[in-house]
Amino acid sequence: MAKISTIRWLAFGAALALAAPSVHAQQAPIKIGELNSYARQAAFTVPYRNGWQLALDEINAKGGVLGRKIEIVSREDGATTGDATRVADELVSREGVSLLFGSFLSNVGVAMADFANQKKIVYIAAEPLTDAITMAQGNRYTFRIRPNNTMQVGMLVDQAKASGAKRWAIVAPNYEYGQSAAQAFKRLIKERVPGAEIVAEQYPALGKIEAGATVSALEQAKPDGIFNVLFGPDLTQFVREGNTRGLFEGATVLSLLTGEPEWLLPLKDEVPEGWTVTGYPWDQITEPKHKAFVDAYRAKYNDTPRLGSLLGYMVVYMIRDTLERAGSTDTEAVIKALEDAKFDTVIGPVTMRGIDNQSTMGAWVGKLALKGATGGMTDWTYKDGTSFMPTEAEVKAVRKD
Amino acid sequence: MDPSFLAVQALSGLSSASSLFITACGLTIVFGVTRIVNFAHGSLYMIGAYTAATLVPRLLELSFGPVSFWAGILASAVIVGLIGIIIEVLLLRRIYGAPELFQLLATFGVVLVVQDLVVLVFGPEDILGPRAPGLRAPVDILGRRFPSYELVLIAAGPVVLGLVWLLLRRTRFGMLVRAATQDRDMVASLGVNQAMLFTGTLFLGAFLAGLGGALQIPRVSANTGMDLSIIAEAFVVTVVGGMGSVPGAFLAALVIGQLQAFGILIFPKSTLVVVFLLMAVVLAVRPYGFFGRAEVVGATHTVGIASHKPLPGRVYILLAVVAVLACFPLVADAYLLKVATEILIFALFAFSLQLLIGVGGLVSFGHAAFFGLGAYGSALAVKWSGASMEAALPLGLAFAALGAGLIGAFVVRLSGIYLAMMTLAAAQIIYAVAFQWVDVTGGDNGIVGVWPATWASGPVAYYLLTAALTLAAVLLLKRIIDAPFGYALRAARDSEARAEAIGLTIRLHRWLAFILSGAAAGLAGGLYAFSRGSVDPSLLGISTSVDALTMLLLGGIQTVTGPLVGAAALHFLRDVVMPLTAHWRLVLGLIIIAMVLIFPRGLAGTVQHWREERA
Repeated sequence: MAKISTIRWLAFGAALALAAPSVHAQQAPIKIGELNSYARQAAFTVPYRNGWQLALDEINAKGGVLGRKIEIVSREDGATTGDATRVADELVSREGVSLLFGSFLSNVGVAMADFANQKKIVYIAAEPLTDAITMAQGNRYTFRIRPNNTMQVGMLVDQAKASGAKRWAIVAPNYEYGQSAAQAFKRLIKERVPGAEIVAEQYPALGKIEAGATVSALEQAKPDGIFNVLFGPDLTQFVREGNTRGLFEGATVLSLLTGEPEWLLPLKDEVPEGWTVTGYPWDQITEPKHKAFVDAYRAKYNDTPRLGSLLGYMVVYMIRDTLERAGSTDTEAVIKALEDAKFDTVIGPVTMRGIDNQSTMGAWVGKLALKGATGGMTDWTYKDGTSFMPTEAEVKAVRKD
Repeated sequence: MDPSFLAVQALSGLSSASSLFITACGLTIVFGVTRIVNFAHGSLYMIGAYTAATLVPRLLELSFGPVSFWAGILASAVIVGLIGIIIEVLLLRRIYGAPELFQLLATFGVVLVVQDLVVLVFGPEDILGPRAPGLRAPVDILGRRFPSYELVLIAAGPVVLGLVWLLLRRTRFGMLVRAATQDRDMVASLGVNQAMLFTGTLFLGAFLAGLGGALQIPRVSANTGMDLSIIAEAFVVTVVGGMGSVPGAFLAALVIGQLQAFGILIFPKSTLVVVFLLMAVVLAVRPYGFFGRAEVVGATHTVGIASHKPLPGRVYILLAVVAVLACFPLVADAYLLKVATEILIFALFAFSLQLLIGVGGLVSFGHAAFFGLGAYGSALAVKWSGASMEAALPLGLAFAALGAGLIGAFVVRLSGIYLAMMTLAAAQIIYAVAFQWVDVTGGDNGIVGVWPATWASGPVAYYLLTAALTLAAVLLLKRIIDAPFGYALRAARDSEARAEAIGLTIRLHRWLAFILSGAAAGLAGGLYAFSRGSVDPSLLGISTSVDALTMLLLGGIQTVTGPLVGAAALHFLRDVVMPLTAHWRLVLGLIIIAMVLIFPRGLAGTVQHWREERA
């Protein structure tokens, strides 16, 4: 550890040394590339854009970083792997951006990780959750902020132990994120809950669920526990159909991300009460720094923050800190500044673990409850990511670098 | 399996069938009268859902009760009907006489425009509509709970069928619709006001689409993906039932609803395939669906390359083109080279389609299948056998040629719109396989790490490789078009009967054309895979097929250079406009519509036409 922190201090010193003479000179801004599915996944990505815009404005109002302003060149990634790498290529070779961040869907994230490795440019996967990005497909150019599937599923499975549910059913969208989450769940439930078995699995195509048929197929297996990975329009249909047919009555339900406002708000008053979820109870977090962020966000956009807003805000500040410590926009310097770096964020300290480039950002775990006309979370706690991360041995076993 | 489960599953299937029928019924009526395959029907369905999800809650606030709910649903359907009238008057009325291809594309332009407009008007978030008052509680069926609203939906299908039947059998309007479905020209000769008839039909069709969408709001949140997901299924229903046949659509919807409800149990991961597989099987056995009739298609529907004298000095032109292509890296930066590489790839892709459409008169609406097969063939070779790029490219080409041979064998028995639909079905089946056979194809993730060999990995090297291969393939295809084989294809395109009479084996020629075209598209696909380093199912999707058609149309379908010019124009446009605006689809849609209305000859075609007029 000592060695790393020396390097960091040296980098920091170098940053100051380089930055100092240029404070007064008006230099060209530092260009950073951003791409996301603003058309297809607007519920998450539009608040996310608001979040990073807010952070960007704050940083630039204070003079930017390294004496230069930051400019974010943002593009639509088309929500497909091909479009995303194409747009990324354009950002790198035409716009000349120093690093890339963004993307929402996990499959796009995996393609972007591969792209980053091929083109030797830093890519910060803000949202994509699949384990692959920091595990099997991970590489030294790709970093991830959000807690990955193994971490979030681990938090949920811990909650499931007490329930005594043994017969589990899985419902997940049939693409990278859903498959990865289902895999993590199967592994962890068998490790931590003795005697647990999977009695039914349904994998509807993303955005194309046949909710009635899916619910009755799950019902048929008579599970006493359900693990849900659906989100967006699929989730809404699934919940409505499940509520009507009584699928969730008497069953323990674990659900990824459902407590995040972007997926909770469209459910309106049909929020399935009692589900154990990961989410973001933004209105109940009382830390002053977080409150300041919420206030600034509400003042600027006249809207309440979603998890995406928080994430976008955090990522840009982390990029600022990284550039400051790296002292330049050189890729190798940036990687050095990111690995094992500690960041002081609005939700507390976060470390970017060096062996797999996965940050220790945690998640809020709690139960869903109806509050007035919409849903919210109760009995929640913030779980720091550190204790849920894959072990070093697990990482080394699958990573190729 | 216990009987109560089977019963509930069958009921779920029935309610999906009902919803599907209501929407597809409008599509089939519109086709019957106007002979236009309305791609925008799915968009009308989506507008219906959005309108109802916005309107009905407002009405329920005014007075809560079943009356306001159902009034809101009907009002939404009427609004969509009026939008249908607008589309008819502004667009469709002008293209009734145009070739099918132009009609398909024009309505697809509407799809693109509506996709952006819906986001602009209703906002980006999905809208969950209210539940129907009085139908919130489930009913008990053999000890299982079943949503009562679904029962209402099950009843709605037959009710709509009955009402449409009454309308068609008992009213003068219905009689005219039936007459026009049988023989449009005869109805016109008898002095029937066609404008009124067509506008009325469009209202009816759009009304049914809107009703289908509005009825969904208690079970599905209105979202921006609704249009394409319903239109694919609605196409299957109308084609399987026989285009223009309302009872056929009903029967087909029933079959498909049950297939989906029980298919999910047997193949939980291949729900998308079964529907299109059914369509392929039905068309293979009955080329015109359950109750369809053979189309009487005259020669008016074919457009394409005509004979022309070879240009004087064409060797010099060729040499100049080679020189320009070869010298381009000297002036271009890495990014421009990348764009140029992609333009060349798409030019080859569009040119391969020209062989089918322009020369053979075979309107393929699923050309993405061959492009995607080539890309996947190459990528799979790299992934599973560690093949080098030099081996993977020919493998991709062979894979696509094989696929084209297989698909072609089914397709050449069909003609006109059924042929277009069958190619679409084939592409959708392959798309679904690539999408859902995760173990092999990587599903939605696709396959990453498909990078070129070291010697070709630089932008200049890869550009030169692409340029050389594209040029070689285009010249070869050009030679084939000008050879007796090409003339035979054109003969079959212009008059099947006469071509047959002089002893041409039409089906064999067409089948070979499919294989050649597929192989060329496959080469383009393989090159594309290596240029981006990954493949994903969207390469096989409807929008890729439409891209190829748009390029062809933009350049001009009557000329050999058309697709090449079109590919360059579209790709350049996309590259310039896309970063500037969030409404790229709106722009593209309007361009397509404008092209169909103003420049039906395309860019290269218009230039050629001017030259000929001046001469």
